[in-house]
Amino acid sequence: MSEFFAMGGYAWYVWGSYGMTFLLLLVEIVLLKKRSRETKT
Amino acid sequence: MKLFWYSSPQTFYPLAGTLAKWTGALAVVLMVVGLTIGFFVAPTDAQQGEAYRIIYIHVPAAWMSMFIYVVMAFWAGAGLAFNTRLSAMMARALAPTGALMTFIALWTGSLWGKPTWGTYWVWDARLTSELILLFLYLGFMALQASIDDPRRADRAGAVLALVGVVNIPIIYYSVQWWNTLHQGATIKRSSSIESTMLTGMLVMVLAFWMYSIAASLVRVRCIIREREAL
Repeated sequence: MSEFFAMGGYAWYVWGSYGMTFLLLLVEIVLLKKRSRETKT
Repeated sequence: MKLFWYSSPQTFYPLAGTLAKWTGALAVVLMVVGLTIGFFVAPTDAQQGEAYRIIYIHVPAAWMSMFIYVVMAFWAGAGLAFNTRLSAMMARALAPTGALMTFIALWTGSLWGKPTWGTYWVWDARLTSELILLFLYLGFMALQASIDDPRRADRAGAVLALVGVVNIPIIYYSVQWWNTLHQGATIKRSSSIESTMLTGMLVMVLAFWMYSIAASLVRVRCIIREREAL
């Protein structure tokens, strides 16, 4: 398991990429939800 | 054929809602499948070790960044030529998601460049033209936001979007036209990529497609509500 997270020594590069990507997708989804709520009223 | 029936914002609105639900759900499923293949089925790369696994988001995001721009410019141009309301709204709805994909492509490329090239950033043709793409998206959004009259903002943005299309073939062919650190096309006829790696990547490409469609459709529904007072 810890071997998986270590990514052969490339943990920062691999998880830094995936972390930022999913964080940004999440931010976009939250912003869209917020905008949807605001425009529906 | 009811193609033009849906060119009105009011009739497109419910269709967009249905499509957004399905494409959104598909995006989640495809991402789970793609990442499972990418991390647990595909082998470690012989040259790059585990660092190559960035490919499963880098390539899809980079493809989408260019493709969304072309679609955005198409709708912007259609709005300019035919003065159709929904076209301009589609262009507006695509821009933020396109900008997001461009940023992800740059960010993941940077984190991939460090272990493989030894640097996070280099001013070479592929990277620089992709950065210009990000500025084009941001410029499009800033320009439209700075003009109060929405119809005038649509037209001004459309001109910028259309002029910016010239950058797309530059990005695409940059790896052939100039000597660059960036590798050539990932997918070509004589591809040497391992088949499970390829499958994982293509599933992720589909996932990013579905995500982009869903996000843009949800956004276009917001824009329709804002501008048509539904």
